[in-house]
Amino acid sequence: MNSHELHRSFLRDLKPGDWLTLLAGGLCIILLTNKVWNGGIADTAVIRSSGKIFSSVPLSRDQQIEVPGPLGTSIITIEKGKARISSDPSPRQYCVRQGWLEQSGEIAICLPNEVSVELTGGQKKYDSLNY
Amino acid sequence: MTASTTDEQDSGYGIQDSEEQRKSRIPNPESRILLNTTTEDHHLARMAAVALGLTVLENAIPSPLPGVKPGLANIITLIVLARFGWRAAAWVSLLRVVAGSLLFGNFLAPGFFLSLSGALCSLAVLALAIHLPQRLFGPVTHSVLASFAHITGQMTVVYLWLIPHSGIAYLIPFFATAALVFGTVNGLVAARFMDNGSDPVSESKT
Repeated sequence: MNSHELHRSFLRDLKPGDWLTLLAGGLCIILLTNKVWNGGIADTAVIRSSGKIFSSVPLSRDQQIEVPGPLGTSIITIEKGKARISSDPSPRQYCVRQGWLEQSGEIAICLPNEVSVELTGGQKKYDSLNY
Repeated sequence: MTASTTDEQDSGYGIQDSEEQRKSRIPNPESRILLNTTTEDHHLARMAAVALGLTVLENAIPSPLPGVKPGLANIITLIVLARFGWRAAAWVSLLRVVAGSLLFGNFLAPGFFLSLSGALCSLAVLALAIHLPQRLFGPVTHSVLASFAHITGQMTVVYLWLIPHSGIAYLIPFFATAALVFGTVNGLVAARFMDNGSDPVSESKT
């Protein structure tokens, strides 16, 4: 049996309902992936300092915000609908290395300097986060 | 793979043994335990043994993501389902899970319960799926539905017992895609076997 015949006979094994099942399965996967992997479009960055909301800024305007904390000043950059902590006095720089936040629910936290940026808008992915 | 296929072998006798040898091997016939097995039992055991062989084979295939396996043994389950009905398929599937776990040494370990939950969910869905009109729905449908049920069952156990964190939801698309792909392939292979009217079990003996 050559490969062409093999191919054709495999197609013959698929009944009309089987195609329907495959189609439904594929659709299910697309819907699931959309639901699970997309946290929604973020439109606002909520900046907190020492647990209190320092400011809440729209992502539509590019800007840099300086946030004072116990160790010094953290600089938050907002650009093209994304936000990141671009500079921070914390020793390990975890929040800086986290890079750009894009989706709603994403959050960067500089624990030593008690500064955090959280993106909101659309639907929130988490009700709460505990550390 | 060896499996006893005759009543003689079930009783511990070889085929060529003479009457005298038999007597000498088992001094007190009353002390032996004889399981009364039927031809159907033998058939199911043989099917389960083939499924087990496929499980062993499949474990040799490396996987990029733990838990993503082709589930080749389910080809046997599908064939048994189509030929001998749901009850036989359930026997073969569950025998394979239990015997497989003994073989790999993870009986009653988390891996065993993952296999078991997957198998039970698949069987539950198959019990419904066989009532779909046969003219329209073939083994591929059965296979795809069963493999989706399989990951649903496994993910539920993982979430309720092993990793109670919503973060595992991120893995769902990977598992679901694997289920669709491998479900389709297994279904096609099973359909092909039944198309040709060949019996994978009798072939495996030769």
